Amino acid sequence: MAGIIGKKIGMTSVFSVEGKNIPCTVIEAGPCVVTQVKTKETDGYDALQLGYGEKKEKNTSKAEYGHLKKAGTTPKRHLVEFRNNFEGEYKPGDTINVDIFHENDYVDVIGVTKGKGFQGVVKRYNFRGVGDSTHGQHNRERAPGSLGASSYPSRVFKGMRMAGRHGGKAETIENLLVIKIIPESNLIVVKGSVPGAKGSNLIIRKQWK
Amino acid sequence: MDLIKTVENAFAVETELPAFGAGDTVTVHYKIREGNKERIQNYRGVVIQVRGTGKTKTFTVRKMSGNIGVERIFPLHTPFIDRIDVNKHGRVRRKRIFYLRNLTGKKARIKEKRF
Repeated sequence: MAGIIGKKIGMTSVFSVEGKNIPCTVIEAGPCVVTQVKTKETDGYDALQLGYGEKKEKNTSKAEYGHLKKAGTTPKRHLVEFRNNFEGEYKPGDTINVDIFHENDYVDVIGVTKGKGFQGVVKRYNFRGVGDSTHGQHNRERAPGSLGASSYPSRVFKGMRMAGRHGGKAETIENLLVIKIIPESNLIVVKGSVPGAKGSNLIIRKQWK
Repeated sequence: MDLIKTVENAFAVETELPAFGAGDTVTVHYKIREGNKERIQNYRGVVIQVRGTGKTKTFTVRKMSGNIGVERIFPLHTPFIDRIDVNKHGRVRRKRIFYLRNLTGKKARIKEKRF
């Protein structure tokens, strides 16, 4: 899917024509440089590799530097591959801007959620805890409850949802409405929220489904 | 932050709103749509807080409806606000005058600002 790399700027809200207050996220995306064009003949599938954000040459491995030099660009902080479906022909060194999207399109946004550390099951999996806070209960309010049956199977099944590290993993939010594109400042405004903190990296791609 | 402003300005509709703050008595002329008809309802009360920045700014107006205190939160830039009249400038010391909620009758008065 055609896509672009960007970062989250923050949230605000705008009023629609009917006067509805719409929550929206501002994303700064691109301009991205095409760093590699993969084709069915050479790589087995069609894709574009895009680069976004500058980084210093001394922080770049020689292999990566050579790879980017071939495309005629400077070292890039993020390299992401997008399969197929870009409109038009691209060659290495071309730039891709937010104008690949249009207003009223739907996009998917991929980002890394805010890390929450070690959390219990109530926060992590929306369990409801056990029982009441009163009536003699004293320590079960946020407990997971039973983990399974007893003598058969005599064990806890793998994948049982328990407390643990929460957040800080890649999450895709599908079908976000593009409210506005501002090409002069490389901005996309989508309806609703996207994963991650302000300034965190995002991949915005055309609707998958 | 500046980029958010860029976005907000891209959506901005020019409206002229008077300057007011906590303690001021205002009348909000609010458009109400009933079916296809639109009419304007006036809501008059004391501003007890103004919060938020940019286009997401809101303000809370408290009034006594009979014996019952009513508070209503308006987004400052909503297109449903026809206009806002500032009736009185009140002299208060704080930005958020929530203490007003606990006061009734003569105690709930706010001194008018003298210029």
